[in-house]
Amino acid sequence: MVGDEGRDEGVGVRSWIARWPVYRQLTGDDGLGRGAAARSPRTEALQARTETADREVKSICPFCAVGCAQRVFVKDEQVTQIEGDPDSPVSRGRLCPRGSSSLSLVTSPTREQKIRYRRPYGTEWGDLDLDTAMDMIADRVIETRANSWQHTDELGRHLHRTMGIASLGGATLDNEENYLMKKLYTALGAVQVENQARI
Amino acid sequence: MAEAHPVGFQWVMEAKARGATVIHVDPRYTRTSALADMHVPIRAGSDIAFLGGLINYVLTHDAHFEEYVKAYTNAPMILRDDFADTEDLDGLFSGYDHESGSYDVRSWQYQGAEVEASAGKRDETGASVEQVIDERLQTASGSEQAGSGGAPMRGTPDRDGTLQHPRCVFQVLKRHYSRYTPEMVAKVCGTPPEQFERVARELVTNSGRERTSAFAYAVGWTHHTVGVQYIRCASVLQALLGNIGRPGGGIMALRGHASIQGSTDIPTLYNILPGYIPMPHAHREQDLASFVAADSGEKGFWGNMDAYTVSLLRSWFGDAATADNDYCFDHLPRLTGDHGTFQTVMDQIDGIVKGYFVIGENPAVGTANSKQQRLGLANLDWLVVRDLNMIETATFWSDGPEITTGEMATERIGTEVFFLPAAAHTEKDGTFTNTQRLLQWHHKAVEPSGDARSDLWFYYHLGRRIRAKLAASTEARDRPVRDLVWDYPTVSSPTRPEIDEPSAAAVLREINGTGPDGAALSTYTQLRNDGSTRCGCWIYCGVYAGEVNQAARRKPGSEQSWVAPEWGWAWPLNRRILYNRASADPDGNAWSQRKAYIRWDAEAGKWVGPDVPDFEATKPPDYVPPEGAKAQDAIGGDEPFIMQADGRAWLYAPAGLVDGPLPAHYEPEESPVRNALYGWQSNPARQQYKRPENPYHPVDGHPGSDVFPYVFTTFRVTEHHTAGGMSRWTPHLSELQPEMFLEISPELAAERGLEHRGWATVVTARSAIEGRVLVTDRAKPLRLDGRVIHQIGIPWHWGPNGLTTGDAANELLGVSLDPNVHIMETKASTCDIRPGRRPRGPELVTYVADYRRRAGLEAGLEERS
Repeated sequence: MVGDEGRDEGVGVRSWIARWPVYRQLTGDDGLGRGAAARSPRTEALQARTETADREVKSICPFCAVGCAQRVFVKDEQVTQIEGDPDSPVSRGRLCPRGSSSLSLVTSPTREQKIRYRRPYGTEWGDLDLDTAMDMIADRVIETRANSWQHTDELGRHLHRTMGIASLGGATLDNEENYLMKKLYTALGAVQVENQARI
Repeated sequence: MAEAHPVGFQWVMEAKARGATVIHVDPRYTRTSALADMHVPIRAGSDIAFLGGLINYVLTHDAHFEEYVKAYTNAPMILRDDFADTEDLDGLFSGYDHESGSYDVRSWQYQGAEVEASAGKRDETGASVEQVIDERLQTASGSEQAGSGGAPMRGTPDRDGTLQHPRCVFQVLKRHYSRYTPEMVAKVCGTPPEQFERVARELVTNSGRERTSAFAYAVGWTHHTVGVQYIRCASVLQALLGNIGRPGGGIMALRGHASIQGSTDIPTLYNILPGYIPMPHAHREQDLASFVAADSGEKGFWGNMDAYTVSLLRSWFGDAATADNDYCFDHLPRLTGDHGTFQTVMDQIDGIVKGYFVIGENPAVGTANSKQQRLGLANLDWLVVRDLNMIETATFWSDGPEITTGEMATERIGTEVFFLPAAAHTEKDGTFTNTQRLLQWHHKAVEPSGDARSDLWFYYHLGRRIRAKLAASTEARDRPVRDLVWDYPTVSSPTRPEIDEPSAAAVLREINGTGPDGAALSTYTQLRNDGSTRCGCWIYCGVYAGEVNQAARRKPGSEQSWVAPEWGWAWPLNRRILYNRASADPDGNAWSQRKAYIRWDAEAGKWVGPDVPDFEATKPPDYVPPEGAKAQDAIGGDEPFIMQADGRAWLYAPAGLVDGPLPAHYEPEESPVRNALYGWQSNPARQQYKRPENPYHPVDGHPGSDVFPYVFTTFRVTEHHTAGGMSRWTPHLSELQPEMFLEISPELAAERGLEHRGWATVVTARSAIEGRVLVTDRAKPLRLDGRVIHQIGIPWHWGPNGLTTGDAANELLGVSLDPNVHIMETKASTCDIRPGRRPRGPELVTYVADYRRRAGLEAGLEERS
């Protein structure tokens, strides 16, 4: 489609010229060439990723603590666009530069996809499969805990803890994740559990 | 706020459009300043002098909201006659022990009432409850419990309703702040008196019956050796002006991470359990009853701490937790002091901590004195890092700064490192709690790819594996692990059937709690101390009311009232403004129609308004507690501060703090000036760590102090996030802010020969970093007491990895902590700055050592002053 659609000019030179934006700009209503005159068949064929998405999922921005609402668009099981959600009384559809970069945050090619493992005194990363890594970490926890267990202190006071295992993190995670962390660590007797709220 | 919380700042602009005056007090002129009615320059680290000046202005002009102050604050309470103020002791309060550098806080209490330290660390020492009650006051408090309770109290404090008694809080306050004059503010803060007076005038004009003023702050206030007192100082001011619990009032903490509020409520913090219940401290023969007795208040909602604690233990240890075994109270590990992150890292260096999980944090560049952090990492047996990108904390052994300088060698670092890729927010269900206590559910959009998993998956399956390996154990220490309720349902998606993802909704429902019938509870007042209820975090009880995920509610803001109660869910009980009973006068009527919010409807016999009343719904304003009433029943109908032991906002903190009952100005650990207000230079109770890797600069006036003549303060820009783990790997953000820079004034540039866009090196006794010089008129030297003070602004987003790289600001900082919360000072320190790039390799070590030598620091560590 071009700007002068509707007139039966037939095909030929006129039609060819009419496809030329500057001609339409000079002859049509769009004197500044910022609207219809600048449109091409390709423009007309473009569709926003928000329109072609298979679904829209409601989310919340993962950066600061304002809690702006996001609309996450998915096509072929891939996130294709993230926008602000106008429904939110907190953010009214807005996102800042960080929030607007959420799409590249989650689809970034720099994101690590594989477990990386460095042996003690090793000089290079190696690979591990997830199952093995989880098993090794569970073994490390059990062993360190057993070696560093404090049942009581020198005064005989109940301690029931390990000072051999510590954790840092939580402020970027979900409440549910923090809950499982605190619950598991506490049952393991690990007390040095901290996050960015202290930092 | 416009820089770091831009979308939140739209509401400030909305207020401005409706006529509000916006004042920005900041050492730096920022995007916020550009949009404010006035920018007020201030020397970094001097805010208590500024706020104290405002308090003095209010008191000397009789500009306080008198009815509010008399009825709702502790202004009438009378203090003990052995209390001595900074006015009497040249900057110290009574009870200071010079040897230990800490206070005996007993003399700070009210006359006639025994107040106990606030939750978090009340229960720290002593062998018996009696000793606990006596000694708990002495120890650092866990002030993270903001929002959930003040200090418990027994007895009734003496009062003088006329506020005339010389030892009543109001008179003590007047005397304490009398020296905080506009001239003193100018001398300490570098703020011109006429500018300060305009701020004071605007503030008092916009407070009272008809108007309210709000304060917003971020870590520019908390990252100090007196950080808690900064916030207290704003609280004192806002309580005097009647700006708490009312629409348009308050003190807003602008927090910097998506769920940093949630990770404090459901804490991955050492000193508290979910809902700000303190972690127990080591005692002999202590049981649940004495733990609760020592901690819970007689009056206010903390009086039900036993029900909250028993319900928590029941949700963690299930049927194994019975009345006979004290609900598995002894399954909880015990604290014996400060186990905060800085102590932990020093314990790594000293070989005590062997294994370390780092989950969505990047301490190798993100924590003060980064070298200290890396020394800790290098001395571990094993380290697990979970993140989206290959952050510096995971690669310190291969390319950390100490490898380059030769201080460490890869092949000599024994730390076994597991890097596990994490799922992004779009790849998991769950809730974030935002900075206004609002829980908002985010839905999973897609499955994570490769080995990436949610942290919920990681901890659930790690726990499952550990439990399986210990299933047959007969060791006493393994009993809690075996007793743990750890049976969350998992779901697998058709696209990634191998991922057994635990249900986040099931976890949220456990956090919410269930009743004897197994149904979700709707309010924490349903919790019982008899084991019949379960609740993972009492302040979150109600988030799953009616078996509905209330945090997932998304009724558009345009379709509901301005309070928008049907978007997400705020704790507690969906209240959007805390202590909102204070929005009505003691009789229950609105203070003014303009500021009406919650009021007593006598006909209906309940509190009504656009928000959920933060008060018992049907308790009338004229309710007087009967003799011997406990918990909430002991709160009168005209006492809005229902979590406080006396129902009142505290102008003076008779307990709960370890460094003073009133905020007093102290200089930062490192300052270019002497304290103009008192003989005491810095917070007398601050936590210092005199260790080789953590030297402090000489105090002003001591030999060597001129080696580090400039102030620096760290800050954020809009386009990057924290230490960069989520932004330095993103092409758009890296393009928007591509390089580490140092913002300085033209005057400093001339003094040190620095060129705009050229390189400069900033040096402290810890390290030296480089950055591009940004010379702007936004940075202005301050003139105070005849001296010129230069301040350097240093963004802290950079590090060696990612798409945009640069030196980390945290390399420069030492570790000196606020004694209440063990948080470090990053917002005011001293340094030198020189043109050119920093030395490379081993020369960097020599360069910094030379500075230390010139400052006299190689010989010995500075004495406390």
